Amino acid sequence: MKIIEKKKIWFGASAAFIVAGLIAALLFGFNYGIDFTGGTVMEMNLHKNVSIAEIKEMSKEIDSNITINKLGADKTVVQLKTIKDMDSQKINGFFETFKAKYNLEDTDLLKAEQIGPSVGNEIKNKAMLAVFVSTIFMLIYISFRFELSYGVAAIVSLVHDVLFMLAFYALFRIPLNSTFIAAILTVVGYSINDTIVVFDRIRENIGNYKKSEYATLANDSIKQTLIRTMNTSLTTIVTISALYIFGVDAIKEFTLPLIAGIMVGTYSSIFIASPVWVSFKQKQKFS
Amino acid sequence: MKNRGIAGFLALVVIIAFGVYTALSGFSAGGINIAPLGNQVKQGLDLKGGVYVVYEAQTDAKGEELKKIIDQTIEVFRRRIDTLGLTEPVIVKEGEKRIRIELPGVKNANDALEMIGKTAQLKFALQDGTVIVTGKNVKKSEVVIDQQSKEPLVALEFDAEGAKAFADATEQLAPTQSPIFIVLDNEVISSPVVNEKIPNGQATITGNFTVESASELANLIRAGALPVDFKEIQTSTITATLGENALKMSLLGAKVGIAILIVYMMAFYKLPGLVAAVALAAYGLIVGYSFVGMNATLTLPGIAALILSMGMAVDANVIIFERIKEEIGKGKSLRVAIDAGFSRAMTTIIDSNVTTFIAGVVLYNFGTGPIKGFAVMLMLGIVASMFTAVVVSKLLLKTLANAGFLKNNKLFGA
Repeated sequence: MKIIEKKKIWFGASAAFIVAGLIAALLFGFNYGIDFTGGTVMEMNLHKNVSIAEIKEMSKEIDSNITINKLGADKTVVQLKTIKDMDSQKINGFFETFKAKYNLEDTDLLKAEQIGPSVGNEIKNKAMLAVFVSTIFMLIYISFRFELSYGVAAIVSLVHDVLFMLAFYALFRIPLNSTFIAAILTVVGYSINDTIVVFDRIRENIGNYKKSEYATLANDSIKQTLIRTMNTSLTTIVTISALYIFGVDAIKEFTLPLIAGIMVGTYSSIFIASPVWVSFKQKQKFS
Repeated sequence: MKNRGIAGFLALVVIIAFGVYTALSGFSAGGINIAPLGNQVKQGLDLKGGVYVVYEAQTDAKGEELKKIIDQTIEVFRRRIDTLGLTEPVIVKEGEKRIRIELPGVKNANDALEMIGKTAQLKFALQDGTVIVTGKNVKKSEVVIDQQSKEPLVALEFDAEGAKAFADATEQLAPTQSPIFIVLDNEVISSPVVNEKIPNGQATITGNFTVESASELANLIRAGALPVDFKEIQTSTITATLGENALKMSLLGAKVGIAILIVYMMAFYKLPGLVAAVALAAYGLIVGYSFVGMNATLTLPGIAALILSMGMAVDANVIIFERIKEEIGKGKSLRVAIDAGFSRAMTTIIDSNVTTFIAGVVLYNFGTGPIKGFAVMLMLGIVASMFTAVVVSKLLLKTLANAGFLKNNKLFGA
């Protein structure tokens, strides 16, 4: 296995995907959920497939740029999303017009969520802080248990994973909401978990290799842990995929990025973290 | 020795199997009744359906003053929600100036919120219902200790308009020693007898008060007028049908996922794969009962965290089995290989779990609502997975090895 030697291929592939995602984000913006922007989301069951134009016409008083999605197998559930901050009274008044027109019951308002703009900003800031703080603490722990070089390499691969996730959300237009924080931290935790297993093996083997052989050391360590890496990723991905297949929309939105993230976390521990560690070690003059 | 090993193995398996049975279908015998675990888990609003709302106080008050305003408002909300007769409503302070209210099972958000959010109605009224003054006339309501009797009493102060109305009413009532009724949201909270005309808007209510009961009454009167405006900054309504369906489908997904996982592990690792399955069951029991014991609330992200930490529980077993296989490959005897495999796997498992646990702790501290639920489940899952991998898997493997069951290394997938 010559993984370390081909690092340019891996780094290039990752960079290409991330750049594509960032371009998408710049051109089209992220599909921010109301958790981050503030606003209102409603879902109602109209019991028939109503045209988007008709709903748009009914909603123009609220917001002429309202986002309309149809959900469910037979597209009878409409989801309305606006950045307007509507309190429960306004939501109710708006629902009354639909209720009258389509003969609905109170329970046909399946979901109504409203988040004030200041709360949206707060959630966004806290999310960034959470990722930053956990990264710092993980770096400290790894540097303490291993040494700084491992910590730095692990964090590089972790930043890679976070950027990948952002690119993934941008490219696939997945709503960026507070479960996104949970997804990204899960992926970060999982990826770190994977990276540690490989690093642990490198730490164990390091006495048997000369400094000039560190690429071989990393390749061999990856090979020795490969079956474990494959089995663990496979079992985790299988369980999450089952959730994705059977889950409702909210679960699908959450599990799809998790599946991609866990794959990329596995990839980065082998193809990013290890080559970075080797490069870092080879640049050190004394060790 | 052999038989004892098999007996130990079987005993542990039987105990765990019984635990799983109890968790799934409940247990009832000899006066002991244990409900199925699923019925004991408190479900979040996203699973059960319901309403939540976050109110923010529109005030510049800070510190003690702000705290007083919030506490007082929570008290008012609590009284109103109690009259709705709901099960398990949650009313908590969130941050400095916010109050979060969760009402599981409520169908019509608007009705419930109107009931909660309306300005409290406090009235001082005559027997026939004529209103003398209302909450907006009350300037002050506090507990003071009477200098002479050393008894606690409630001191009131009205504004100019209230003082005038109060003076007129007490002048009428005093000769007959008639009571004034203090009514909050149509409930009489106190009915003191008027002893004399109160001309200056400064009244006291005496009686057999303790400091607690006096301050409760003073709070209630103060609460009659919400001290500041509250704004809905976050609301959410989810119908039970959407929630129920979400739970049902998620559980189905989880069952299918676990079934595939167990089949895969047994196909790949043979007998140890079975050990992993038993350890996984133990993990599920520990997580489930700890979760119920902590009185935590299960949300959709919580289910995702559960699946994820289960992945890590399997990972711990995989790491151990791979190490044991390596040791067998080096020509060691099975028992030696198991011991060596475990001790070598340990550092890996600890380091990888601790780093993930760090993410859990950070999430718990920065997250709110569902994210906190995710973090709790993740941390609980990591602790349980470490325990089952280290204790349960090891015990099972060793008893099997002692029983001579594992003479054939092939059974180890090696």
